[in-house]
Amino acid sequence: MADTSPIFQCKDLKIEARPWDASPIPIVKGVTFDVKPGEVVALIGESGSGKTTISLASLGYTKPGLHFSGGEAVLLGKDMITIDPEERRARRGEHVAYLAQSAAATFNPALKINEQVTESAVLHGHMSQEQANKRARELYEALELPDPDRIGGRYPHQVSGGQLQRLMAAMALVEKPSLLVLDEPTTALDVTTQIEVLKAFKKVIEEEGSAAIYVTHDLAVVAQIADHIVVLYGGEVMEQGPVEQIINNPSHSYTKRLMSAVRPTPSAGMGEGATGEHRREVPALEVKHVTAGYGKGSDGKPAVTVLRDVNVSVERGHVVGVIGESGCGKSTLARVMAGLLPASEGEVLLDGDALKPALADRARNELQLVQFVFQMADTALNPRQTIGEIIGRPLTFYHNMTGRARRERVLEILRLVELPVEFEGRFPAEMSGGQKQRVNLARGLAANPEVLLCDEVTSALDTIVGANVIKLLERLRRETGVSFVFISHDLSTVASFADEIVVLYAGRVVEKGPVDQVLSPPFHPYTRLLIASVPEMRVGWLEDTMQTREAMAGISRGVTITKVGCPFFDRCPVAIEGTCEKIDPPARVDEHGHNHVIECHRQIDELGAPGAAQSAAASAKKAKVAKKANGGSAAAAKAAPAKKPAARKPAEAKKAAPAAKRAAPAKRATAAKKPAAAKKPAAKATPDDLQQISGVGPKIAGQLKTMGITTFEQIAAWKKADMDSFNEQLKFKGRIEREQWVPQAKKLAKAKK
Amino acid sequence: MMSQMIIRRIGIGIILLWVVSVLIFALTQVLPGDAAQIRLGQQATPETLAALRKELGLDKPWYMQYLSWMGNLFTGNLGISAAGGATIESLIGNRIGNTVFMTGIVALISIPLSVLLGLLAAMFPGQLLDRIITSGTLGLIAVPDFFVAIFLILLLAVSLGLVPAVSYLSGTEGFWRSVYVLALPIATLVIVVSAQMIRMTRAGILNVMGSPYIEMAILKGVPRKTIILRHALLNAIGPIVNVIALNLAYLVSGVVVIETIFAYPGLAKLMVDGVQTRDIPLVQACGMIFCCTYVILILIADIASILSNPRLRHPK
Repeated sequence: MADTSPIFQCKDLKIEARPWDASPIPIVKGVTFDVKPGEVVALIGESGSGKTTISLASLGYTKPGLHFSGGEAVLLGKDMITIDPEERRARRGEHVAYLAQSAAATFNPALKINEQVTESAVLHGHMSQEQANKRARELYEALELPDPDRIGGRYPHQVSGGQLQRLMAAMALVEKPSLLVLDEPTTALDVTTQIEVLKAFKKVIEEEGSAAIYVTHDLAVVAQIADHIVVLYGGEVMEQGPVEQIINNPSHSYTKRLMSAVRPTPSAGMGEGATGEHRREVPALEVKHVTAGYGKGSDGKPAVTVLRDVNVSVERGHVVGVIGESGCGKSTLARVMAGLLPASEGEVLLDGDALKPALADRARNELQLVQFVFQMADTALNPRQTIGEIIGRPLTFYHNMTGRARRERVLEILRLVELPVEFEGRFPAEMSGGQKQRVNLARGLAANPEVLLCDEVTSALDTIVGANVIKLLERLRRETGVSFVFISHDLSTVASFADEIVVLYAGRVVEKGPVDQVLSPPFHPYTRLLIASVPEMRVGWLEDTMQTREAMAGISRGVTITKVGCPFFDRCPVAIEGTCEKIDPPARVDEHGHNHVIECHRQIDELGAPGAAQSAAASAKKAKVAKKANGGSAAAAKAAPAKKPAARKPAEAKKAAPAAKRAAPAKRATAAKKPAAAKKPAAKATPDDLQQISGVGPKIAGQLKTMGITTFEQIAAWKKADMDSFNEQLKFKGRIEREQWVPQAKKLAKAKK
Repeated sequence: MMSQMIIRRIGIGIILLWVVSVLIFALTQVLPGDAAQIRLGQQATPETLAALRKELGLDKPWYMQYLSWMGNLFTGNLGISAAGGATIESLIGNRIGNTVFMTGIVALISIPLSVLLGLLAAMFPGQLLDRIITSGTLGLIAVPDFFVAIFLILLLAVSLGLVPAVSYLSGTEGFWRSVYVLALPIATLVIVVSAQMIRMTRAGILNVMGSPYIEMAILKGVPRKTIILRHALLNAIGPIVNVIALNLAYLVSGVVVIETIFAYPGLAKLMVDGVQTRDIPLVQACGMIFCCTYVILILIADIASILSNPRLRHPK
């Protein structure tokens, strides 16, 4: 588009709420900004800043109860507010499309996906049903959805959350709108899914050339996708400018505050550094060999097993963070601890004594000592009870407090969670989300527990509010000596607050240990994937991650629970075929850490620095492939040097490795290869981790190795003819990034010098 | 999963019917006197009583009596009326056709009418049409059915003379003639049952209209009519089908007042007559028929709402 006049202009927009019994309350107080063709404008701010309300104005829509009270929302030259309603309806979908936060709620459960994706185009008469289906199919493909021919025929509940989010993008893009409105489209997703969705969005926005308004409170996400940022607070623009300027050089104090509330990317050294020396004899709460699940199957086992042989111990006064993607069994673990879900096998020990599995069988003092704080304060607090009653109830129930004593204790607890004492007489509906979460915590603390189970307590809160709740939790744990089990899918939150981390994957504890040890090598491959997926507040992070990540294989897969073996097998870049999926992985103790345990078939040393694990994987694969290989490639495999450090057999490496452990990747080759060397074995060069090239998985790396391709330089020197001959030999299909190998390899070869 | 659920519902329905049959049978055991006494009345002598008891099987223990009663029920042999000595099948046979006919006509009119009016009201909530429909239906629910019936007789039959006030069918009339003769009871029943169904349809739709996927449809530029018909109705089917089933069951069993007012020989009136004459076998048979109707209709409604749920229809 050569035309540079803005696609959308927000001119002094004012929106107010008109309660029936009170005077109007301004929600948006005169906001002005432009969206130019091909530009992504991010609206950022905490909840209540009016960002969603403003974005919806571009569709000429307000949520029920809100009204436009001034200004204009000009889309392609026409004000969407004063436009004729029929024309406005026609423009929605055609010129401007909306993507909501929760695709799960936004898709009609009773209609097939394709019907909903194509509906707008067909209704507006722009396409026949066949044309729309064709267009939808193209979009499914562009959004990298699996099985694009058939996914449209499914119902929304039959696809995963991340897929649904991308399908919603297809729904918005079907008519090629000039403006896309994305309202927190990745907030509800796991970090790994978020990457995949962000990548798809970014690609599609670029390809379709549409402009976008991106609403979010997550600055790290903004840095990946936006060109221009508008910072909002209380319905007013605080600051706006290009993304680099706002991210690197914010001028307004509110923007700075927003930036400071962003949790740092998890790294070693963030935890409180609790080590084994200070342990007491008996942990406060211990979970031993617990297997649990839902439903009733045959032979007394649950129909769906969610946790399989889980061991976790919570030391007195410690904070144990439990992380993992959704569906990994984090909440189920908390429910087993609390007794809400009786374990089918194993036991839960409180102060060394076994607790009855079911809540109903536990004694009152046992109940008192383990308290649960639920994720949604909105649903956990009784809307008909005052805050005083909510906090007072456990006081009476567990401590027989009544009258004045009870009231005084309620006020004391309110002060403890930093709420004004006047809140005693208020109802939950009269409080903000953060305040309700504090009451929720206060209710748990009122019982005077030994262990407080916090299930995603900050997940529904804004960055700033969430950070304040974490600060409160840190103070509480210092002052009360309560042990916390802190469940979150957000690694940064857990890392900033916990002493120990338990990484759950598909109902198995794959790694556990003190925070800095879990967050530094050696890693379980899943922990590594999680850490690598947390967005950094840096422009270009997304591209870097997508280019260099070793674990490409791991991103776009869902969590599948397995009955035996390592459940991470299908997403693991270093999986050992024939072993990992068949045998339960051994718990390996990191002898250089304190109680740092990794459950993996790989040796601890192989799980160290990025290069080590990959090379080990590649060599293991190579050995296997070499047996099968024939002709020239077999010769190449034989010629592949067996004495290089990284190619050692695991057992050998174990002896030699401690020194190299946690060190940077292995030594680098020095000489660049001549073009013709492509087909000759790389006799003297140290192999590189070819999987750093996007599109090279463990399998292809193994195949390349059998042909003697082990370094970046070799690939960098490929000519087109080499490329074609390799394509022929490799016989792999589907990976589109092949043409990109050479430039990537060049970059990587340069980088390692 | 879905077929399991449906089989479960059917199982529960069968158990329910069995419990009902036990209760209805227990009636004969609890009430003073038995069928033989009632049949013989004043002329009863110990000898004739004993003879009749033997003939009717009343000398056997109660569980044997229950089993033979159940066996007769399944073979369509409902027994002999205590009052007239006629077989119960013949008594009910006449009436059941009448009831089914009237219920069918009323259902054919009232179900589409209610869903349509409910949808119209939901399409324009808070507007004039919606207010007329909601306040009108509320008024009709509040007014007793006999009042509606009498009002209609006064208006249509007495004042205007459009239709007959008494609904007597000789059995030889054609379909349209029958409908004409029955116009008043049909109109009354349509008015009475529709009111509730209209309100439930409206409430069910409006409940769904608050969902995010409806907002999404609005933002996609889908016209309101299409939103309601395509997006909302499908998700509101469960509650609507249930209230329809309840109202149909009421039409079969609960319209005794209407049948009395219009002197229409239906099943409900037959049962009330049976109660008056202490004709216990008749009351039992009618009771079983009514219970079966309820159980089957609710079962159909349950299955319909299971089938309308894509989560159950298409598991992952």
